[in-house]
Amino acid sequence: MNNNPQLNKHGELQHLLTTEGLPASILLNILDTAESFVGVTERDIKKVPLLRGKSIFNLFFEPSTRTRTTFEIAAKRLSADVVNLNIAVSSQSKGETLLDTVDNLSAMHADMFIVRHSQSGAAHLIARHVRPEIHVINAGDGRHAHPTQALLDMFTIRHYKRDFHNLRMAIVGDILHSRVARSQIHALTTLGVPEVRVIAPKTLLPTKVERLGVHVYHDMAQGLKDVDVLLMLRLQNERMLGASLPSAEEYFKYYGLTQEKLALARHDAIVLHPGPMNRGIEIDSAVADGKQSVILPQVTFGIAVRMAVMSILAGN
Amino acid sequence: MHLPDAEQLLADLTGKMRPEVSGNAALVGIYTGGVWLAERLHRDLGLTLPLGTLDVSFYRDDFGQIGLHPQVKPSDIPFEVEGSHIILVDDVLYTGRTIRAAINELFDYGRPASIRLAALIDRGGREMPIAAQYVGGMLALPEHKMLALERSNDGKLSLSLYDKSPPGQ
Repeated sequence: MNNNPQLNKHGELQHLLTTEGLPASILLNILDTAESFVGVTERDIKKVPLLRGKSIFNLFFEPSTRTRTTFEIAAKRLSADVVNLNIAVSSQSKGETLLDTVDNLSAMHADMFIVRHSQSGAAHLIARHVRPEIHVINAGDGRHAHPTQALLDMFTIRHYKRDFHNLRMAIVGDILHSRVARSQIHALTTLGVPEVRVIAPKTLLPTKVERLGVHVYHDMAQGLKDVDVLLMLRLQNERMLGASLPSAEEYFKYYGLTQEKLALARHDAIVLHPGPMNRGIEIDSAVADGKQSVILPQVTFGIAVRMAVMSILAGN
Repeated sequence: MHLPDAEQLLADLTGKMRPEVSGNAALVGIYTGGVWLAERLHRDLGLTLPLGTLDVSFYRDDFGQIGLHPQVKPSDIPFEVEGSHIILVDDVLYTGRTIRAAINELFDYGRPASIRLAALIDRGGREMPIAAQYVGGMLALPEHKMLALERSNDGKLSLSLYDKSPPGQ
């Protein structure tokens, strides 16, 4: 038996809630399965019958266009029926609790919930609550985790760099508020990346971030030296409650990724960004649209990775 | 039990296909054993269209019972399926369910003019109305036995017999 709420009694993936604590074998199986779905998404008929008859509910308690859409496309390409619930304007605003909402949808024979919530732990709560035949995917909870984003980043890195074992990575920007960064760090260390750096001003770093096994830099020139992969983060304006930064202009001056700063990394370094981008704040347009950017391939691969996660969960 | 020699079966299969399989035939091997066989047939029959490979995991009818196969390989069909004359290649023809899945998958690439089936060995036990046009040999086996094609490091093919694990394990 195990205590990981994501695994069933056979050690298989039952829910995907976080990349933390998942063995490399499970992460790699998701990436390998996604390779096969890339081919499906390049055909004229971009659909396989795998999840025919399954009902998947997109439960988005927080606004999101890209993530919700890519989950929806992924589910449809697996032939599942997808229902999108925009909770902000539905029952929750009439006072229904989260678990009552889930119970009602379960009574409609839901097979899978995809959950985005501003509270850390929301997807865990639902996963503990539902019947064992229902699967839950965390599509972002508060500052905690966004595992499918991290997995599609891993897929993109492996696609361009082939192997994780000789790479130097830098995660740049608002680590403090970023569920993406946390999920990336856990996945990268599990997959055997020898050096993961975080580059940010002190005010945008969680305390004791070194405990996650990363090297901390406050200066781009030092932090980007010899880096193979740059994982840029969005400056989370909507989560920036206090005055963590003097101004967006000053942030761009020190931490915005320009061609000049990118030139400090390896000549074949690639640049990732989870989107949506703030051009001119964390990334310059010349870099975002430049040769080293793999930001749009990330979106394409994201569909294949989400198809892989859904089909592995539904089969376990 | 004495098992037939896989290399001899492949030689017989190649001999049966040679007079009927012309230059415009497109071979598609089904993972894993069917791909090994298709590679050999493609070379020995001197076919010109590039070889296709299928992993039917996304089209299987037992996903609800056993879930996704742990090692799915990407399918690759490097020729125009629309109007093509396809020969599916598999190692062991048994229930016919794999072939049903493979035909469905092919149709998601286009509408072939024809599909034929070549199998190294036919063990009977069909559960679908499917027949092979070319077979290397026949072998009746009890239901609890599993017949598998294996390939050694030097590329030599052989057959092995296993007991199926009881359900739930």
